[in-house]
Amino acid sequence: MNAPLLDRLAQLARRALQRPRLDLPLLLALALVMATGLVTLYSAGDKDLGLVLNQGARFVLGGILLLAISRLPPGMLRTWTPWLYAFSVLLLVATALLGEGRGAHRWLDLRVVRFQPSELLKLTMPMMVAWYLHARPLPPGWRDLAAVGALIAVPAGLIAKQPDLGTALLVAASGAFALFLSGLAWWRIGVILGAVGAALPVAWHYMHDYQKNRVRMFMNPEADPLGNGWHIIQSEIAVGAGGVTGKGWHHGTQSRLEFLPEHTTDFVFAVFSEEFGLVGVLALLALYVFIIGRCLWIAAEAKDTYSRLLAGALAMAFFVYVMVNGGMITGILPVVGVPLPLVSYGGTSAVSLLTGFGVLMSIHAHKKLVR
Amino acid sequence: MNARRARLKDHRAEAALFRRRAVAGFALIVACLAVLAGRFAVLQVARHAEFATRADANRIRLQPLPPARGLIYDRNGVLLAENRAAYRLEVVPERVRDLQALLHELGGVVALSEEDLRRFDEARRAKRKFQSVPLRFRLSEDELARFAVNSWRFPGVEVVPYQTRSYPLGAEFGHVVGYVGRIDEGDLRAMEKRTDTDVASRYAGTTHIGKTGVERQYEDLLHGEPGFEQVETNADGRALRVLERSPPTPGRNLYLTIDAHLQEAAEAAFAGRPGAAVAIDPRNGEVLALVSVPNYDPNLFVNGIAQSDYSALLEAPDTPLLDRALRGRYPPGSTMKPFVGLAGLELGFRTPQDTVISTGEFFIPGQSRGYRDDIRWGHGRVDLELAIEWSVNTYFYQLALDMGIDRLAGYLGQFGFGAPTGIDLPGEGSGVLPSREWKRASMNQPWYLGETVIAGIGQGYWVVTPLQLAHAVATLGNRGVRERPHLLLATQDGLGAERVAVAPPPSPGTVIRKAADWAAVEAGMHGAIYGDHGTARGLGDGFPYTIAGKTGTVEKFSRTTDAWDTRVSDAELAARHRALFICFTPAEAPRIAVAVVLESAAWGGKDAAPLARKILDAWLRSQPDAPATASTGAGP
Repeated sequence: MNAPLLDRLAQLARRALQRPRLDLPLLLALALVMATGLVTLYSAGDKDLGLVLNQGARFVLGGILLLAISRLPPGMLRTWTPWLYAFSVLLLVATALLGEGRGAHRWLDLRVVRFQPSELLKLTMPMMVAWYLHARPLPPGWRDLAAVGALIAVPAGLIAKQPDLGTALLVAASGAFALFLSGLAWWRIGVILGAVGAALPVAWHYMHDYQKNRVRMFMNPEADPLGNGWHIIQSEIAVGAGGVTGKGWHHGTQSRLEFLPEHTTDFVFAVFSEEFGLVGVLALLALYVFIIGRCLWIAAEAKDTYSRLLAGALAMAFFVYVMVNGGMITGILPVVGVPLPLVSYGGTSAVSLLTGFGVLMSIHAHKKLVR
Repeated sequence: MNARRARLKDHRAEAALFRRRAVAGFALIVACLAVLAGRFAVLQVARHAEFATRADANRIRLQPLPPARGLIYDRNGVLLAENRAAYRLEVVPERVRDLQALLHELGGVVALSEEDLRRFDEARRAKRKFQSVPLRFRLSEDELARFAVNSWRFPGVEVVPYQTRSYPLGAEFGHVVGYVGRIDEGDLRAMEKRTDTDVASRYAGTTHIGKTGVERQYEDLLHGEPGFEQVETNADGRALRVLERSPPTPGRNLYLTIDAHLQEAAEAAFAGRPGAAVAIDPRNGEVLALVSVPNYDPNLFVNGIAQSDYSALLEAPDTPLLDRALRGRYPPGSTMKPFVGLAGLELGFRTPQDTVISTGEFFIPGQSRGYRDDIRWGHGRVDLELAIEWSVNTYFYQLALDMGIDRLAGYLGQFGFGAPTGIDLPGEGSGVLPSREWKRASMNQPWYLGETVIAGIGQGYWVVTPLQLAHAVATLGNRGVRERPHLLLATQDGLGAERVAVAPPPSPGTVIRKAADWAAVEAGMHGAIYGDHGTARGLGDGFPYTIAGKTGTVEKFSRTTDAWDTRVSDAELAARHRALFICFTPAEAPRIAVAVVLESAAWGGKDAAPLARKILDAWLRSQPDAPATASTGAGP
């Protein structure tokens, strides 16, 4: 009774070894980052094994999704892209009408799971832009630019309205990266950046008070050391106190004694920096650079424009998470609720990131066979 | 055609374009991450020391450990102030689900007054939820036992041992030793003004401070140095563990010059009658007894006196809170005569042999107002010795008139009248030494000759404190060598340690120049005790040493008629008179000098002098070399 099943499994294993659909170096690097995340969480959560197991379960869920999506051919993803995009925008609209969450309408309760539809856009947005540009001759012209601009602006605007400025910027950036990689002329990029710069004062006007405060605090955290500046100051103290080699695992006082807020989620990098020092930070950053580089390499090897742009945009978006989070905890960027990818505690982020890497694995598995 | 071609997709070119862009993007990414890494390096290498310090400052708190307060003893080691182990109930609000219900239920086990609950509420608001708040102080044995049995019903309530100041002899030393009380705003302001020590850190963990008496005077000796505990705290301020500990240094124990037995006997001798008595060792200024009646129990004040108790003390007609020995204001009356007589001799206005005729009434030449003697028909012809022995007013009326008020005041000022004696206690009064200058300054009025006359017998504007009087009579006994009265005899570092004697304050000087002058005055004071008509005759009966003394009786009110009235009863007189007595013994080499003031008593000789004798008797018991036979008063 079991023999046919075992035979089938052995056959699958053989095939997987002969023609691996997964990029093993990338997989290994991701596993290393996730392991680092779990180790840091154990310390940041004050030896709370439940917290670590919880996060581990999400990694497993994300891993299964990664495996499943890696089996799908990119062509099929491309066919579904407009529908996925439309579906996620629809969810955003639904969230705006029915959503819940502390002070902000971000969460959608689907009875079974509660999740943030904006996370979905982190994937469907670059897919959509890649889908659009795939059919167009490249480099894109003004008309394409306008169309892509609209595709980006609608969901980004909805997310910003939630209000979740950080995610809105990240989603917009992931679309913009696809545009950048499609070869948009440098001078046009210059014009766009100039326009965005000119629009910033207007955006400031429409920002919520707490958002304005975050920016103000970033400019001068010592002005209100016990209030809004507390996060930045305590985070900088944690990082600085780590020194070159760090205080050692579970010896970081800033998080253990609860001076550091959000020390399992947004500020987990500060805990890591305090306990493992500059050496640990450089090692982790090197891992991230390797992952990004590997993803860009997979993109360059992809067989069509859609796959290339999508893989490249995902890689660059991944960089943005690292940069924004690292900049936040060291005080060179404002406090924006962006988790450190695959390290911060949180299910939505981990699962959506691993789903994205599933897409990358799929692209890798279906790369062009000849150059 | 060309444009159309350009619009067709060129897959090879697009792939190459993508590769270029990917390389550019990657370069940008690496550059950005390099900046980030640089920022990490700045924080973790260049500014590491700064942030390491701030991280420690975050978590490490210095917790002061208050020192044990020094004990206070009398000269023979009788305990006057101690630290007693006591127990208090403390509540951690965080661990209590329903505070009101708990307090209600707890009230059935230990007594909780409104005052307790009010203080608890106040303290609770000033603290964090996890911090322990005291609810009841000084639990009795019964309450301790009852709570121990019921403690399981009260999670979050704990019995905490602490030390409380206690005065075992109670009211007897209320005015001398004083008391400690909770540090209040006035104390804090006084501390801020001090620059000699870092008061803020010295008192970091201290709750009580000396408020009056020796407790206040020697606060710095008694307090000790606090220790510190370095504790690790979390962001809420909760202490998690002790990192380092340096123990406190207890305060020094003090030995006072007071003899508790003498003090006790003196207080008992008053039998509750308001007044004051001071006994001083003339040889060195050591204060042997310092009594003010009535007094109060200093223990009431230590943990905050109840409002009702305090009102009772404040409103009592005989003002128990007033330290009469130090701040009482009394006209010295005839006790001033030996000093006035001495002034006459020393300033050259009289010889011991000069006489005056007492006719019963004295007139300033050209004035009709009469100044009376005690005896209606006068004492006859008297010299200085008899004038002191019989307390003849006329002798001193004439003498004062001859000297003039300024010379009189100038000489008596050398005995310490009109200024604080400088005793080591806070709040000493200075009395009034009347003079032209004083009257001009304080009342803006000219001086009248009649005022000089009555100043000669210690009446009029004269005000002395019992301490000043005792200091002056001690100086007289010590043949004019002043010794500043003081209370601190020795100090001690901890219980088993050696007593370290404290050097007495330097002598302010010598007042009497000629030994013969002193002998003449001493003869008069000797006569007052042993003479046939001495005002305190019989006082020395059965006492082994020769006593020299002087009585004083002062009317509280001026007489309203010129009528002589001798039919008044003692009780009626007592309501109108103050009785005083000063003395020293042994007369030839005095070892104790005493001043007694009774606020309401008929006569100095009849009422105040016997009280002084009781003090001398008590003192005698502490003199191991006292001869067994009684002195007959036959002087050397």
